[in-house]
Amino acid sequence: MAADTTSITASALPDPAQEAGGAWGFTRAQLGALGVLIVFLAVAPFMLYPVFLMKLLCFALFACAFNLLIGYVGLLSFGHAAYFGMGGYLAGHAAKVWGLTPELAIIVGAVTAGLLGTIAGWIAIRRQGIYFAMITLALAQMVYFFCVQAPFTGGEDGIQAIPRGSLFGVIPLDQDMTMYWLVAGIFLGAFLLIHRIIHSPYGQVLKSIRENEPRATSLGYRTDDYKLLAFILSATIAGTAGATKSIVFGIATLTDVHWSMSGEVVLMTLVGGLGTVFGPVIGAAVIVTMQNYLAEMGAWVTVIQGVIFVTCVLAFRRGLVGEIAAMLKVKL
Amino acid sequence: MDEIFGIPAPLLFGQLLLGLINGAFYAMLSLGLAVIFGLLNIVNMAHGAQFMMGAFAAWMLLAWGGIGYWWALLLSPLIVGTIGVILEKLFISKLYKLDHLYGLLLTFGLALIIEGVFRNEFGSSGLPYRIPAELSGAWDFGFMFMPVYRGWVVVAALVLCLTTWLLIEKTRLGAYLRAATENAALVQAFGVNVPRMVTLTYGAGVALAAIGGVLAAPIYSVNPQMGSNLIIVVFAVVVIGGMGSILGSILTGFTLGIVEGLTKVFWPEASATVIFVIMAIVLLARPAGLFGRK
Amino acid sequence: MSIQRRDLLAAGAVTALGGLPRARAQGTQTIRIGVITDMSGPYRDTTGPGSVVLTQQAVQDFLGGGRGFQVEVLQADHQNKPDVGANIARQWFDQGVDAVVDLPTSSVALAVNQIAREKNKVHLNSGAATSDLTGAQCSPNTVHWTYDTYMLAKSTGAAIVKTGGDSWFFITADYAFGHALERDTGNFVRAQGGRVLGNARYPFPATTDFSAFLLQAQASRAKVLGLANASTDTVNCIKGAREFGLHRSMKLAALLMGVVDVKSLGLESGQGLLLTESFYWDLNDRTRALTQRVRPKNQDRPPAMVPAGCYGATLHYLKSVADMGVAAAKASGVEAVNRMKAMPCDDDAFGQGTIRADGRKIHPGYLFEVKTPGESRNPWDLYKVVATTPGEEAFRPLAEGGCPLVRS
Repeated sequence: MAADTTSITASALPDPAQEAGGAWGFTRAQLGALGVLIVFLAVAPFMLYPVFLMKLLCFALFACAFNLLIGYVGLLSFGHAAYFGMGGYLAGHAAKVWGLTPELAIIVGAVTAGLLGTIAGWIAIRRQGIYFAMITLALAQMVYFFCVQAPFTGGEDGIQAIPRGSLFGVIPLDQDMTMYWLVAGIFLGAFLLIHRIIHSPYGQVLKSIRENEPRATSLGYRTDDYKLLAFILSATIAGTAGATKSIVFGIATLTDVHWSMSGEVVLMTLVGGLGTVFGPVIGAAVIVTMQNYLAEMGAWVTVIQGVIFVTCVLAFRRGLVGEIAAMLKVKL
Repeated sequence: MDEIFGIPAPLLFGQLLLGLINGAFYAMLSLGLAVIFGLLNIVNMAHGAQFMMGAFAAWMLLAWGGIGYWWALLLSPLIVGTIGVILEKLFISKLYKLDHLYGLLLTFGLALIIEGVFRNEFGSSGLPYRIPAELSGAWDFGFMFMPVYRGWVVVAALVLCLTTWLLIEKTRLGAYLRAATENAALVQAFGVNVPRMVTLTYGAGVALAAIGGVLAAPIYSVNPQMGSNLIIVVFAVVVIGGMGSILGSILTGFTLGIVEGLTKVFWPEASATVIFVIMAIVLLARPAGLFGRK
Repeated sequence: MSIQRRDLLAAGAVTALGGLPRARAQGTQTIRIGVITDMSGPYRDTTGPGSVVLTQQAVQDFLGGGRGFQVEVLQADHQNKPDVGANIARQWFDQGVDAVVDLPTSSVALAVNQIAREKNKVHLNSGAATSDLTGAQCSPNTVHWTYDTYMLAKSTGAAIVKTGGDSWFFITADYAFGHALERDTGNFVRAQGGRVLGNARYPFPATTDFSAFLLQAQASRAKVLGLANASTDTVNCIKGAREFGLHRSMKLAALLMGVVDVKSLGLESGQGLLLTESFYWDLNDRTRALTQRVRPKNQDRPPAMVPAGCYGATLHYLKSVADMGVAAAKASGVEAVNRMKAMPCDDDAFGQGTIRADGRKIHPGYLFEVKTPGESRNPWDLYKVVATTPGEEAFRPLAEGGCPLVRS
């Protein structure tokens, strides 16, 4: 049965390298979309609720980090909440207890998530496909149990009243707008970084591993090293997203390390389009908006999420962005 | 020999027995997962939800139909198994040509829907289900008090697991199953209706989860989230055992139950994580799992 | 009421897309109360829809006299996620909601506590257990109405020792909440001359089978088994205890448990269990009268403790608003809470009481024993009162909480 399966993200779309007119590894369509994204980031806070936007951007970044693994290496991690949540806890602890400035706190969170990713990745990359998914889930569950018991996380109460502080010790972030520009900056920086990684020679090797690992091995690539590095990068960026979120909201709690958060990020990426550059951003926007406005629906939110999962898998495997791209015959 | 490593011997034996009971649930659930995985190549993320549905079916039969435990033990797996068959026909069968990960995502979505619907309908605090009169009471072993029902769970689980194993390894039907796992196209060519076999196999795997649910109903609170925490541990059990092997998953299930039980005596704080730690160690030493091929 | 709610939701959508709905804010004669609760998670049955119904009942009972202003009740599900709860509160406050009610789950309550203070609105907490709300993290914008961990520990621990249960063993969920309950209860047991013989801490939330710990408890030969955990864990512990015959030699004391849990457990397994609540529907004529009014709207169930707290807190808040004037109450959450503290409380659920400077509502704690199936006369006839701890003794003394409001 294995012979006639198709890769989860391989799409019948033109290869970007063959498409002329782009720059910095972007196709022309992607450049256009990037322009729209940047304009949106600049205009949105004047139209929409900035706190809501910041939440959206944190989750968008988280989804992009997750997409780096599933979309370009073909590894489905079902435990990414561990890195997101741990990044949040450590950043919160650093800002509140150690009194670090927000940018340092976020770095502490990101590095911690990266270290955690190194250990988990080292264990998990020994298996592929569904085994990989189950192993990452189990390891993340361990991290969750650790967070419930460890004194510094505050158990069920979480870390509360994390100060936003002042950027570099000089620019106070108490105003939502100031905070927003920082979050938008972090998001855009990390987004471009991910893009840069994918289009580097290293990224090309990752894609070749996704398409055919034995062949990549036979060409002399130590595929495990490549996969591990991708895992660490993904975990670090997920940690950055979590760390930023805890600084924005002033709280870090068990929600962000729970397995349902791992499921949510899968859902966001799936809705937007696995393996597309802009898909995770759109997917995160859809899911976060939905959660915000369906809060009154109570338990039906879970059901609706499940229905979206099922619908996406059965009918929209390319996701929103993937479908649009296919319709326009471009790569997004 | 009154004490072993500073723990009174009776307490230790008691804990070993209790570990065996937990192991029985691990074994039953990982067995169902292994059966489904073996033929469908799908990690059934809805397995925990189906375990929960088994328990709820037993409760509904009693509360709404006045049908007792023994009939529930038969009817509940039939009902839930049938639902499984419908799910397979409607949804899962559409995915066999795709990456296995889609199966995982789909069943995860199904699990969310099922749990959400049950929570809306029955709330979250759980429903009571009484131990059947024939199995209430307890044996006094001198060193411990052993509830009859817990003993029954171990026996029932063992019988169920061994029957399944015999069915798959020693019968003609089992031979077809195993053959289809190896090469579905070839078996189809011999005139076996493979799609129907696949559907029924999924139904049977789901039914196994449902029986687990009925057995659990009198001991644990019957509530919508009863399966979701258990299932992650079962995934780890399955990874440790290696998923291809039926006997392997049974043995691993019982063994890990006992290991966990012992951890509760010597280092209770670690009892939640011990299975995950073992999983990590096994992966480092034998990536394919203890009984896995490849 | 549903139409008004839809209006406000629409207003919410507008806010997300463009400026604040100033036009609506001019109609100052409406007080908006938002119930933020758990509609989908583990506390749904003890809070959730019941809290909404009881809050609406408070509004109805209050407006019965004709007060010259309107009250609107909104509801939302925080899904037990602090960031979701905080987001809802933040948006609601920005859109003209004056008070939020209920907030079960400590992490959500503490997060919303910060926001209510920042926006100078009112936080009427009923569902959260943490005593930090009136301690280290107390706020001039917050009233903590129904119960807290200290009160549960005090009422259960001290009262049981007085009735002869002087040696204890604890089964404790291994996280902050469980530790706090075990520590506080243990202290009261010792203070009354009792002894704590041992404890077993189990991993939370990974444990479904408690028999290992029950055997240890049995081996300790303590007279009382204290369960320092909550909801499903407690129910599973009690079921197991009955199976393993613990009830023959020990009394079981659940440190956090309510009628809904007892109902789900069933009297067969639950009989003889000791637990503390600050409200029970069959306590006196007034609670029975309230139950009669509310029961048809509440899925034919009597109100549970946390929803009853929402009733009491909302009613008292509305009385204070009427007393000080709607405009003044809308202008400052601190002033509204100050007025609540200045006025004596009186409602059908909790009777007469007061609110302390740290925001703690003071009323008695009741130690209940779960009835046997033979004693129970109707499906919700579950408790009998064993002991009553008066309000002044039930809660943590003002000076010990470390609340900054008290020092100044």
